[in-house]
Formats: sequence, structure tokens, C-alpha cells
Amino acid sequence: MSWEIVIGLEIHVQLATKSKLFSGAKAGFGAAPNTQTTLVDLGMPGALPVFNQEALRMAVAFGTAIDAEVCKHSVFARKNYFYPDSPKGYQTSQMDHPIVGLGHLDIQLEDRSIKRIGVTRAHLEEDAGKSLHEDYDGMTGIDLNRSSTPLLEIVSEPDMRNAKEAVAYMRKMHAIVTTIGISDGNMAEGSMRCDANVSIRPKGQEKLGTRAELKNINSFKFIERAINVEVERQIDILEDGGKIVQETRLYDSDKNETRPMRSKEEANDYRYFPCPDLLPIEIDDAYIDAIRQSLPELPDQRSARFVSQLGLSEYDASVLSASRTLADYFEAVVLVCNDAKLSANWVTGELSKYMNQHNVEIDQVPVTAVHLGQLINRIMDDTINSKGAKAVFDELWNQAGEVDAIIEANGLKQVSDIGAIEAMVDDVIASSPKQVQQYADAEVEKRGKMLGFFMGQVMKASKGSANPGQVNGLLKKKLDLLC
Amino acid sequence: MTHKTLVQIAKDLAAGKYSSREITQDIIADIKARDAVYNSFISLSEDLALGQADAADARIKVGNADILTGVPFAHKDLFCTQGHTTTAASKMLANFVPPYESTVGQRLLSAGAVCVGKTNMDEFAMGSSNESSFFGAVKNPWDLNAVPGGSSGGSAAAVAAGLVPAATGTDTGGSIRQPASFCNLTGIKPTYGRVSRFGIIAYASSLDQAGPMCQTAEDAAIMLNAMAGFDEQDSTSVQQETPDFTAELNLPLHGLKVGLPKEFFGPGLNPQVAECIMAAVKEIEKLGAQIIDISLPNLELSIPAYYVIAPSEASSNLSRFDGVRYGYRCDKPENLMDLYCRTRAEGFGTEVKRRIMVGTYALSEGYYDAYYVKAQRIRRLIKDDFARALSQVDVIMGPVAPTPAFDLGSNTKDPVAMYLEDIYTLSANMAGIPAMSAPAGFVNGRPVGLHIMGNYFAEAKLLNIAHQYQQVTDWHLQTPTSNNVPVSNQEKGA
Repeated sequence: MSWEIVIGLEIHVQLATKSKLFSGAKAGFGAAPNTQTTLVDLGMPGALPVFNQEALRMAVAFGTAIDAEVCKHSVFARKNYFYPDSPKGYQTSQMDHPIVGLGHLDIQLEDRSIKRIGVTRAHLEEDAGKSLHEDYDGMTGIDLNRSSTPLLEIVSEPDMRNAKEAVAYMRKMHAIVTTIGISDGNMAEGSMRCDANVSIRPKGQEKLGTRAELKNINSFKFIERAINVEVERQIDILEDGGKIVQETRLYDSDKNETRPMRSKEEANDYRYFPCPDLLPIEIDDAYIDAIRQSLPELPDQRSARFVSQLGLSEYDASVLSASRTLADYFEAVVLVCNDAKLSANWVTGELSKYMNQHNVEIDQVPVTAVHLGQLINRIMDDTINSKGAKAVFDELWNQAGEVDAIIEANGLKQVSDIGAIEAMVDDVIASSPKQVQQYADAEVEKRGKMLGFFMGQVMKASKGSANPGQVNGLLKKKLDLLC
Repeated sequence: MTHKTLVQIAKDLAAGKYSSREITQDIIADIKARDAVYNSFISLSEDLALGQADAADARIKVGNADILTGVPFAHKDLFCTQGHTTTAASKMLANFVPPYESTVGQRLLSAGAVCVGKTNMDEFAMGSSNESSFFGAVKNPWDLNAVPGGSSGGSAAAVAAGLVPAATGTDTGGSIRQPASFCNLTGIKPTYGRVSRFGIIAYASSLDQAGPMCQTAEDAAIMLNAMAGFDEQDSTSVQQETPDFTAELNLPLHGLKVGLPKEFFGPGLNPQVAECIMAAVKEIEKLGAQIIDISLPNLELSIPAYYVIAPSEASSNLSRFDGVRYGYRCDKPENLMDLYCRTRAEGFGTEVKRRIMVGTYALSEGYYDAYYVKAQRIRRLIKDDFARALSQVDVIMGPVAPTPAFDLGSNTKDPVAMYLEDIYTLSANMAGIPAMSAPAGFVNGRPVGLHIMGNYFAEAKLLNIAHQYQQVTDWHLQTPTSNNVPVSNQEKGA
């Protein structure tokens, strides 16, 4: 049977406010346990929440950035459940009246077409603390530093049809939230994580299949893997005549499998009701418009500018604008070398290849944009050829250093001395009579291809440093004279 | 020292008749000597109080004193006091020492008032008789067989017995006004949002409001001046300038329009209480007021609606008492679920558990619309009733409770009978309007309070009326011992 995959994502974005959603405590990562807490975060008797207006501004900025409905009236609700790292016995969230309503996001698919993914809503909520099960000898430690840090939960429609689309959607969200500066987007530290609702159904069937919710996935790579392995699991079950159980599952990246989360025993009834300690949020058009006006250039706008201003292809432009840091990097390279096309080739080519091989994100690459720009300058002024440039890049990646010094130290400078190249060309022609004869016997149209052999020989003789353009021109001229 | 008003003590302190330290010591000694009978205090904060008294004396000496500087008072044990146990009259918090002071407490301390201790109350402010306290029932100083009312019963008994001149209370459904009525005190529940809730252990957040319980309207105005004010730590506190509540005390009542809702004088009302109230209304009419019959048609619905909304909020507010971070924790929990279940089963009393269950049920999936949402609609109707009535009249008067203080133990087996006690008080909390009780006579030796309700932020008007009434009556000056009937004799006679 042929199956259709249906995926919806709930993305949790930690907002980059200085203080927490409902208290003045610092909202940061990595402090000693329970040092970033106030009476409110500790759930002390009598403590009351005060809503952080900066979190409101950020949520509204997000709503305007994805062209969603920003709700002028929204309400905090309490989600009641007991857990040791939930100090009040409830999480303050939004239920019936979220701050951001319907919106959408366009993603680019592998075939370069554009697909629109619906965004159901985005709401503000406070994070819980952390339970630390290790290091306490059979006991559980509670760290409430994260308690009440602000989250924006962005819920998509079940519009994605494969794992790659889910990754593209997540990447695009990442680009937007980092571009508008509402989150650092640091997935390793949990600043952005997602739950994926995954189900399958026979192709052509209208009704959705039973879904599994994959919890707390915190890297792009894991989203893809987790969804794929979950889809396989579901297909296996259904094709064996079994049934999917609706449940939350955890992706184990070490074993590359999903498994049911420690069951919370019974179905939770969260008993949502409007939080009586907080007033409804009331905002007006002027407030929303002012925030809309102050938005920076968004990924789609940047992509359009890369096409219109820098002459990039639509594809390159969209790849390069997919992340704010990548786009910033690219523009920094262009600033040094002034050649957008070459810069785009290097960033989407060699640089991306290395990033994939070494599994690092753009903000961690060892080659600075300035160095890459200088390297491209040396290609453009014929100091090195592209092969030499790759060697320099490799050295920059692995050992750092300055571009010119590396070229010098490794003898990568391109030989453009016409006399020296001519001597090498003459040598190669003299030592390859058989190939010269074949060249001469060949039809004129086919000779171009046969030049490759001679090119390779000369480049080899020059240890790759000969200027390929000059070699090519000389070879053609001299061989044609022999014919 | 007993039964001196705040104003009298303030005058004495200013005149140097005694120091704050002296009166504080006297009061604490008096409480130690006499409170065993009433059980109105849960704890005394002697060391803290003496420190505050010394600081007050220093202020008085340098002429930097406020009217409350050096004046002793007591806090209902629902107000967090930094460094001193705050129990909410529950086993759950019997060992809880807050690391911070409530906003109201801080404001009183800044004014120089001296907190001598924490008064008894119904557990987590849930009750109308002060019989649900983990620390035992409180007895009404007017009649030791009677309840003092609740939930601020300890505050009421302490002031009525002359142990302290004033005390703080909280009022979620009548918890200041009903005990004030039962103990012959002047107590006011301000407009919702007038007084910060920060640092007051929450019962039902959308209804809770703190206020003073005193011997006179003037004292209540002085206390409210110190307690009220916008607090950025309480999002529901109102960002509005706080008036001087004493400023209008002496205005004449000419032309005042007083509404008497017919629903306040229905069949459930004790006829003798009705007589007291009508006599008081007459007195106010004599002062120049015009009496107008009005109707609050949805009054009766306030009981079922309140007993859905308040428990719903309480079920969530009390979730934090889980044995994890502070307060009671059961012995040797076997696992997390056992920790939760036994901590809460052992730490909460019966009435608290009942309300948590009711609230949890009302908020549950499938019942939420039928209960919580419907109750909120009724709340809106009640609010509209008051808006309509208060467009015709300046204030509304009636009884605070259908009966005078009832006997200890008489309602404890029937929670619904207890809930019906709140019929006249709940609606003011539902609407958020200010309301107060002022002494208006006695029925068989037990006090009766006149209920005065007004429009939003009309506290000064209410206090003005009570003060003017107190200029022509002396009910508020009566004390349990002033008619020379010793309390113990009353007990025998009853």
C-alpha cells in the first residue's frame, strides 16, 4: 500500500527577554541551580505574577512577521497539573484566546517549488523548571532557573507531507525568529525545540490517521530522523495489521528509535481556566503597527533583494537567506570580495560541504567571512586557481592562518608567467606524440574534449599552480598548429 | 489599655503618655494572659514587635511619626510576615516562615505600625465560623458559646476582646464583614484592586480583598489609608490615586440616597436582626438620607455561583502546597504520587479538601461550561444588578448576615447551612464593589452589623456614613465587659 505522511509541528521558542515572563528574575542559561529565581518562580504562597511587556512585544513581532492575525484581546489561562518542577501546580499559558491567530509560512521544497504551511496559532506561556534525576543518589533535584522563562509556542497545521518539509519549516521559523531578534535560536541549549505530530494514512484517504506526538526534538537533523523512523514504525504496524496508539513518544538519537514516554498514567485533564491573577492583554492597532514598522528585513525580503540587487538565482537567494547568520555571513563575504555570484558559490558549495562533513552550524565555522572574501579576491586576481583555493580553504578550516600566508607557504601561487607555461606545454606535447596524433585525426568538434588530457598533464607538471586559462589557450593554439 | 482606639493610642504616643515599647509589651502580656479563652491568636511575634516598637519610638522622638507610628495591631495569619510563621491556620503551613513581607504588611510597617502577632482564622480563609482552623476554633468574646464568624474570626475576636486596637482581615465572600458583624466591629472590604494582594496567601484570587477590622469607622479609615494603594507586584491592583479616607468622614449625609434591596429582607432573615437594621436605617434617615426601595433580582444566585467560582480558583491556587518546596510533607513518601496524595490528605483539613474537590470537579472537562462558565455569567448578572441599583442610589444597606453569631458547632455538620450564612455578603465580592459592616445593635447579647455597600472606589463615602452614624449611636462603643456582665457569667447564663 502507498502511504501519505501527515506532519504538524509545535515549535517552542524561548524568547530572548532579559527577565522572565512573570517575574524580574534573569532569564538565562547555565547559572547554578535555583540562583535565577524570585518568589514568583519558586511558587511561594502569596506571590503573584506580573506580565513582562517585552515578551508581548516579541510575540506581536512574530505575529506581524508571519502576517498572522495579532489578537487585540488575549487571555492567560492556567493549565493545572502536578509535577515537582512545576512549582505552582499549574503552568500559565494561553488557551482560548492566544496572542497570535491564523498565519502562514512559505517553505521551499527540494524541487525548488514553494509550499505554504498554515500556522494555526502562537501563544505565550511560561516554561517549567527542570527535574535532575542524576547525581542525587536516588533522589530528584529541582532546578527552577528555567521556571517562568517565556516561551512562544507556534502550532502549525498538519500541512507537511514528509520529514524534509518539516525541517524546511523549522529552518524557516528559525530564520524568522532569529532575524526579528526574539530568540537566540540556540537549539542545543533548548532555546528552540519542537514536538512533531506524525501520522500516516493510505494515499487518497481524507481522514487523518492516529498520530503519535514526538516530544522535545532539539536539532534539525533529529527532526528529520525522528520523523522518518517514526513513519517507518507506523507503516510496519499498519502493514502487519496492527493499530497506532495515540501517545507521546521520545526520540532516542543514540538508538535512532522512538519509544513511548514514561507514561503519565492516566489521560491528563488540565482544567484550563482564565488566570485570575493576570488581566487580559488588550492591545490596539497603533501598538501592533508600530511593531510591524520596526521589523527588520525578513528572510523572504532578503531573498528577494539578493535576486534583484545582487543578481543571485532564486535558488541561491533562498538558500542563503534561510538563516540570518548564514545570510549575514554571505553578505560579509560579498562586502570583502564584491562578487556576489562567487561568494554564493563558495558559501553554498565548499563552505556548506564542510559544514555538513563536520556537522557544524554557520555560527561555529572556523573560516571567517573576511578570510573567505580574501580567498575569493585571490581567485579573481588570478593569484590562485580554484584547485589552489580549495586547498587554502581546507587549511583555513583546519588550521586557521592568513590567506596570503597560506598561499605562500604551500606554493599555491598560480603560475601565470607565459614563458614558463609555454615551456611546460611544449614539453607535454613533445612527450605525447600518440595523443597528438589522435587529436589531429579527430574531427574538429571533438577536439575540445580531447584537450582535457593535455590540460591534466600540464596542470600535473605545474603541481596545479598553472593558470588553467592560459594553459588552455596555449595548448589549443599549439596543437591546432600541428594539425 | 484595653479597648483604646487607634486614634486614642496615637494621641497618647504623641503626648508621650507611654512609649510604643511599653504599650507593645502590655498588649503582648495581656494577650498571653487572656487569649487562652478566645484562642484568637495563632502566634505572637514578640521579638519582631519590640524591634518595630523601638524603631517607632525613635521616629516619634525625632518628630518623624505617622499617625500609626508605634501603634500595635495584629495580622490575620494569611498575610506573609518576613521571618515569622504564616500558617493560613493550616497544618500544611504550620512550619512555614515566609522570606518576605506582604505589600500590606510592608505598608503598615513603613507607617510605623507594630505587628504583635498573627490571628486565628478559618483554614485558608475557607469558612464562616472560624471552626475550620487547624489551631482550633475561636470563641466570640461577646458570648463564649458563639462563633466569632469567619474567616477572619481571630482578628475579630482579638479586637472585640480588646487585645489589640485593630487587625487586618481578608474578605473573599464576607470574611471581614460577617465576623465584624458578629463581634460588634467596624470592618471594610475595599473595592477589588484597591489593596494589593501580594503576599496574602490566595484563596480565590478574583474575589480576595484585604481590609481593616477596627472599633470605629475613623480607625478603619486610618488603617485603610496605610493599607491601600497601587502595587506593581499585583497585576490586579488598580492604578489609581488613593484618596485620604479620613477626609470625608465629617461630611453631612443630607441628600444621601440609600437603597434597601427587598431581597435583603426576605424570609431567611432573623426578624430581630431585621429590627436592628431598620432602626439603624431610620437613624441614618434622620441624618438627612432618603430611603429608597430597590431590587437586586439575582442575589440568590450569588451562593451557587460563588461556590463554583471560589472553589475553582482555590483548587488551582492551593496546588502549590505539594510537599516539595515548603510546608508540610508526609513521612517517608514511597514515590511521587504517594508524596502528593498523603501530603495533601494529611496537610489539609476537611473544608479545604471539600472545596478543592468541588473546584476540581467544576473545572473538569465536560463540566467546565455547565459550572464555571455559567457561574461567570451569573457573576456578570450580579454585577449588572449592582450597576443598575447604584445608578439610582448612592449606597445600599441591609443586614450583613441573616442571624447574629450562631452557636459553636451548630453548623459544622451541614456545610450548605454554613454557606447560606454568606447570602448577603457574597454579591459584593462577585461585583468587586466596596462594602462594610458597622455595629447596629444586639440580639440576645450578640451583636448585629449594618451592611453598607457602595459603588467602585466609594470607600470614603461608606466610611463617612458609618462615622456619621457612630456620632449619633454608641453601639460601636459597647464592649463585652462594658455592661459589667463578666464574660464568664454570660457563658453560664447562655
